[in-house]
Amino acid sequence: MRTQFDEQLERLHLELIRMGALCEDAISAAAKALLEQDAALADKAREAEEEIDRAESDVERLCLQLLLRQQPVAKDLREISSALKMISDLERIGDQAADIAELSGYVADASDAGRTHIGDMARATISMVTDSVDSFVKRDLELARAVCAADDKVDALFQDVKKEIVGMISTDSSKGELALDLLMVAKYFERIGDHATNVAEWVEYSLTGVHSNNN
Amino acid sequence: MDPILSVKDLNLWYGDHQALRSINVNIPANQITALIGPSGCGKSTFLKTLNRMNDLIPSVRITGEVNFRDQNIYDPSVDVTGLRRQIGMVFQKANPFPMSIYDNVAYGPRTHGVRNRAKLDEIVETSLQSAAIWDEVKDRLKTSALGLSGGQQQRLCIARALAVEPEVLLMDESTSALDPISTSKIEDLAAELKSRYTVVMVTHNMQQAARISDKTAFFLLGELVEFGGTEQMFSDPTDKRTEDYITGRFG
Repeated sequence: MRTQFDEQLERLHLELIRMGALCEDAISAAAKALLEQDAALADKAREAEEEIDRAESDVERLCLQLLLRQQPVAKDLREISSALKMISDLERIGDQAADIAELSGYVADASDAGRTHIGDMARATISMVTDSVDSFVKRDLELARAVCAADDKVDALFQDVKKEIVGMISTDSSKGELALDLLMVAKYFERIGDHATNVAEWVEYSLTGVHSNNN
Repeated sequence: MDPILSVKDLNLWYGDHQALRSINVNIPANQITALIGPSGCGKSTFLKTLNRMNDLIPSVRITGEVNFRDQNIYDPSVDVTGLRRQIGMVFQKANPFPMSIYDNVAYGPRTHGVRNRAKLDEIVETSLQSAAIWDEVKDRLKTSALGLSGGQQQRLCIARALAVEPEVLLMDESTSALDPISTSKIEDLAAELKSRYTVVMVTHNMQQAARISDKTAFFLLGELVEFGGTEQMFSDPTDKRTEDYITGRFG
């Protein structure tokens, strides 16, 4: 029953996996561009961001087509409306990765301040993005909730980076501009964590009919 | 809100076949309640129990109660003609009488003893206005109702039902034979009527139930599986069987 519809839903899942993978690429390239001072990787992050924008339009078109043609209800409606919300967050994640890549050129002289923790933030947010999309595709509520919980770790890392930057300024006040750039980078990673959490919250809504923000 | 119809442990058999199984439901006043479910699930049978239309079928046996404003309509003392005046019905296929538009609408009130010409004129006009068809027929009230289009005939039937001032209007797939424009007119009409009447409708069109009803009841194999707010039913149904049916993955 509804074979064609189920096939289209499967296609939606594949498109979302692709968009999620592009986000991972963008974050990973931006983080490496920053930590390894590799300008080619910064370009790669920007290219991934453009690809993410195109993927967003594709998924959006597919969702609208499904709403129009299949008039979904119940879990189908929740799944498609959640996908429509999720792609906005994934698109923002792409933007923020590109912003990090942009800043990577300005933090060439970065001391070790924040470096370790920024690397940790990159790894943590990449796995949050992967898990949030996976939880949707696999309809895995536990995984979605684990993503929301993982955001606390990213927030804590942001606080660590902030402290280190404050320390850096107090030892060498000439590094004010560098400090601000590093803080921006850390903030972008922190926001990526928030967007991945939003994605996971929509997965939770799709699976349970309850959005945690409405509780 | 107090229910206008309160159904308690209602069972119905056609001969040996049990078509309704222990139905319990409270239908709220001044709302649209949609009854949905696959063919043969008992939804039309249930609708007909609400104004005793099943009495006309000889093999039918009914147990339980249908309370209409605290009076069990299956109580032997109930006047069935009076009951059907209070709880009117519009059928799947428009069934105007082979007489003029005016006489179709005036038929009910005349049966109930209204003879005054001016009074009848007023009832006919108000009923046709309430059924959103007055402007289309006011210049040809004396012509045959059979000359109207399908959608107009159905609205005429609604006007005829309204002419006896019912409290509840039962609609049995009343738009299933109509084009989208006529369907939309009748849906708008139902939405307007609910301020003055209670509407209970059987529909095979799930989108229609989602569009216009306040409450939805899902029937399956003679059971009332789920009853609740329409928005909740269509976004997050409680029962797996409801979910499977409305998402088209039933069976």
